[in-house]
Amino acid sequence: MRKTCLNCIYELAKKDSRVVFIGSDIGAGTLDEFKRDFPDRFFMEGVSEQNIVGMAAGLALSGKIVYINTIATFMTRRCYEQILLDLALHHANVRLIGSGGGFVYGPLGATHEVIEDIAIMRVIPNMTVVAPADAEEMKRLMPQTLEWKGPIYIRLGKGGEPIVTLPELGFDIGEPILMKKGEDVLIISTGIMLGCCLQAEARLKKSGLSCGVLHVHTLKPLNEKVFLKEIKNANIIVTVEEHSIIGGLGEATAAIIAEANFKKAKRFKRLGVPDVFPEIYGSQDQLLEKYGLTADNIEDTVLKLREG
Amino acid sequence: MEPKIDINFRKEILDVLNCSRRGHVASAFSIVEVIKVLYDEVLHYKANEPAWMDRDRFILSKGHGCLALYVILAEKGFFPKEELRKFCAPEGILGGHPEYGKVPGVEFSTGALGHGLPFGVGVALAGKIDKKKYRTFVLLGDGECQEGSVWEAAMCASKHGLSNLTAIVDYNKRQAYGSIYEVQSIEPLKDKWESFNWAVKSIDGHNTDKIREAFHQLPFDNKKPSLIISHTVKGKGITLLEKESLWHHKSRIKDEEMAELFKDLAKER
Repeated sequence: MRKTCLNCIYELAKKDSRVVFIGSDIGAGTLDEFKRDFPDRFFMEGVSEQNIVGMAAGLALSGKIVYINTIATFMTRRCYEQILLDLALHHANVRLIGSGGGFVYGPLGATHEVIEDIAIMRVIPNMTVVAPADAEEMKRLMPQTLEWKGPIYIRLGKGGEPIVTLPELGFDIGEPILMKKGEDVLIISTGIMLGCCLQAEARLKKSGLSCGVLHVHTLKPLNEKVFLKEIKNANIIVTVEEHSIIGGLGEATAAIIAEANFKKAKRFKRLGVPDVFPEIYGSQDQLLEKYGLTADNIEDTVLKLREG
Repeated sequence: MEPKIDINFRKEILDVLNCSRRGHVASAFSIVEVIKVLYDEVLHYKANEPAWMDRDRFILSKGHGCLALYVILAEKGFFPKEELRKFCAPEGILGGHPEYGKVPGVEFSTGALGHGLPFGVGVALAGKIDKKKYRTFVLLGDGECQEGSVWEAAMCASKHGLSNLTAIVDYNKRQAYGSIYEVQSIEPLKDKWESFNWAVKSIDGHNTDKIREAFHQLPFDNKKPSLIISHTVKGKGITLLEKESLWHHKSRIKDEEMAELFKDLAKER
């Protein structure tokens, strides 16, 4: 997904001279073609995220469209005030590309895992937050980032995620995609969790239960109309995110449900990371397993809610 | 002989303060001469076209000094002088820190310290990419130089040889709590900037001739960003402000305090 994303930036740079790339201290060889073809628009500025974001704001307010890439923890937490003030307050056209969202860097521990990025980005006015599910969806997203107004945070997965999105369902920033139409149950996912949600849906279907799957690639702005339309008919709703249960997709959904004041109460559960620093080291899959972010657990959760 | 400072400009600032009875008046007083020379003689701009592409950019990174900026912008016609009377009021555009998009002539919203120089680096880099002739000026506070982001930007600016970028440190030696030497000294300041590969000059920041001379020598080095250490006195022109740290930011200023400020400023020196 990261490679696709970076390739897309190079393609955008070829057709639009406003495109500028800034990295901090990312992998050797990253975007070599960009550097070769557009050396005056390629910057590798070292481990200095505060400066990079401020500098990006200066470039953006001078007419550039700036793409920044570094590890998601440092892209969000390290320079938070710069993102909030220099970018969001100024509607700066800067795209923050956070590598290794969620548990991708699981073996490296809490300094490198990022399970609160969506929460802290969502709360900033003027910010757009996107978490694509796979590389093909990334290809559909990136061209739209060129003319989108204001800053965007894009959360990347590990790379090599199975392709689960469908080109015929289209892609527009801010518009959730109904991947599966269901009757009684709605599973709502974001980012790479779409894969397990679709697996869970297939298993539940086999046991005769019709589930809808709503893919929320854009966590902000959130199209509440589409949400309400899909939520309205479901009695059981489960949200699934590789993120803290605080401040992310689950809480956003809960708020929409609560304020809709449905006559008949919904059965609802958030699946995500509890309010802890991850307690173990391990691969992304091992950490997802520990916190129940698996097709098995989604299936069990739906069945339990159904039993009441 | 001590250089003559601009009493009328300071009186304008007090008039604005008098309307809101709050603000960082002492921080504004230390930058008066520098701001005046910049807007009177150095910067290229069009007050009726603030977004003119080829303008020189001035960024007040120590945003709390905005009373001085507002007075000069109004004087130059960026917005009507009546706006000054609505400082910090809901119906006005001028807040306790300057905001981009609200105040014509303000390039960047500041108030949180350590943001102006990184932004200025980006603006200067964009100028280089686009082969524009505009110059970028960033006015920093001395206490602000305690922020790490200032030094990240300092490294970055010299790496790119941004000779179109000038930073000015308003070295008034006092921050909110008290003396900068007691809170967290930034010395040796000149050596620090030079070791970050900037070309540095020190001036008396209340001496208009010296300020003018320094600005006319820019860039100090064709391959480096320039840094002016502007030695100033916080609250310059009013004894009470010069001596008392509690005036760093003051709210609910009383009638008698206002009267004392006006009286002290008018005093023969």
